[in-house]
Amino acid sequence: MGGVGTGDVTTGRERLERYSLSGPENQAAVDAGMAGATWFRSAVPRKRMKELMQRSDYPAVRDTIIWLGLILLFGGLGTALWLAWHSWWAVPFFLAYGVLYGSTSDSRWHESGHGTAFKTRWIDEGLYQLASFMIMRDPTTWRWSHTRHHTDTLVVGRDPEIAVMRPARLAKLLVNYFGLVDVPTAFWLMFRHAAGRLTADEADYVPESERRRVYRTARVHLAIYAVTIGLAIGFGSWLPVVLIGGPSLYGRYMLQVYGFTQHAGMGENVLDHRLNTRTVKMCRLNRFLYWNMNYHVEHHMFPMVPYYRLPELHEEIKHDCAPVYPSLWAAYKEIIPAVLRQLRDQEYYVRRELLPGAAPFNEPTPLNDGRARPLPAVAAA
Amino acid sequence: MSQWIAACEADDIDPEDVIPFEHNGSDYAIYRSPDDAYYATDGHCTHEKTLLCDGLVMDGVIECPKHNGRFDYTSGKALGAPVLVDVRTYATKVLDGTVYIEVG
Repeated sequence: MGGVGTGDVTTGRERLERYSLSGPENQAAVDAGMAGATWFRSAVPRKRMKELMQRSDYPAVRDTIIWLGLILLFGGLGTALWLAWHSWWAVPFFLAYGVLYGSTSDSRWHESGHGTAFKTRWIDEGLYQLASFMIMRDPTTWRWSHTRHHTDTLVVGRDPEIAVMRPARLAKLLVNYFGLVDVPTAFWLMFRHAAGRLTADEADYVPESERRRVYRTARVHLAIYAVTIGLAIGFGSWLPVVLIGGPSLYGRYMLQVYGFTQHAGMGENVLDHRLNTRTVKMCRLNRFLYWNMNYHVEHHMFPMVPYYRLPELHEEIKHDCAPVYPSLWAAYKEIIPAVLRQLRDQEYYVRRELLPGAAPFNEPTPLNDGRARPLPAVAAA
Repeated sequence: MSQWIAACEADDIDPEDVIPFEHNGSDYAIYRSPDDAYYATDGHCTHEKTLLCDGLVMDGVIECPKHNGRFDYTSGKALGAPVLVDVRTYATKVLDGTVYIEVG
């Protein structure tokens, strides 16, 4: 695997400003034909795709029962050990509880948000609401945010979910392993939404008719946290906060570990998910915790396929992609140097070599080669 | 002025499936329900211009392949975010094994 860069450097601040959805890059991307564009998709026969898209309640209900059961088990054991004996043996149970609550709720939020996990809609929506609360995301704004992420994946000025920018904000990324950016931001947004206001970026992708729902949910979520904090103060115990809300701090790190593998260090302003997304082989445990989102190229190319059919989809299209990363370790051996290099060369990106016989990369214009060079409309301004 | 256009053969569509149909530069989606009733809608999702014919047909609903927006294909009704605008529907009829849609 190689990389492409020029060494051209703008200041980090100038480069980061390009990611704002309320800045000039947004319209420039529209003018350049990068917004809502046609993306490459591997050819999969309709008959086979119909099979892969089929929903079933069984796998997701089974996995959700196991997931919620483990959360209750670890949370219950930790609580019992702490209440009965004030034993520090409660800590490992709370750590397991924290990761299940604070990290793996992300993949449940994601799958149920797409509406592909369950055949029965109300179960899907129920899990979406629960997971949104656990991961501290407003279910409505984030549904629209993620919709945009799929329309304009890593298109600068359009995608609100670019986790690792160029240059990376390293300090923020590192402290956010313990939710120290996401959690304060989530509360800031909750208060803002509860007051009936959206951010400028949110206003770019949340339709007017959906906004009342955002404000109502923020008030409900804030009320739950107020009760939690009230109980903690009332009982003179951290336990309510350890169980509700706290996992988004002490259990957040696996969300970052998994999440950075998706796109970090890869091409921006491309129209081919093979240029900006990774598929990483993971062990069975990680695939359960991450609900198969390690098959991320496949997911972006065909978001209708439920998580439990992604391994089959991978087999269908792997000939058309770059070689899969054999492990999390292999992915991070590429991600860390790439992100560090992007600190000084913001046009650098990881460019994978496709397997022999794969369809060539979809690069309709020189602007779509992954470097995310300044768009003509911005350069002319 | 509306007119009936021959869109496809009835057997061209599997039960509970959809196929594309293009006429005069416009895209349409033709559906066959499990009980062999035929329906037609605009070919594109009302959210973004994604072709619905690549989506999933299930229980009277077409799901857009891009963002999973859902429409009742019998009425065109949008069933929730990210689709907020109904998709236009067209009358259909089957004559001698051919599916016609009324356009215009």
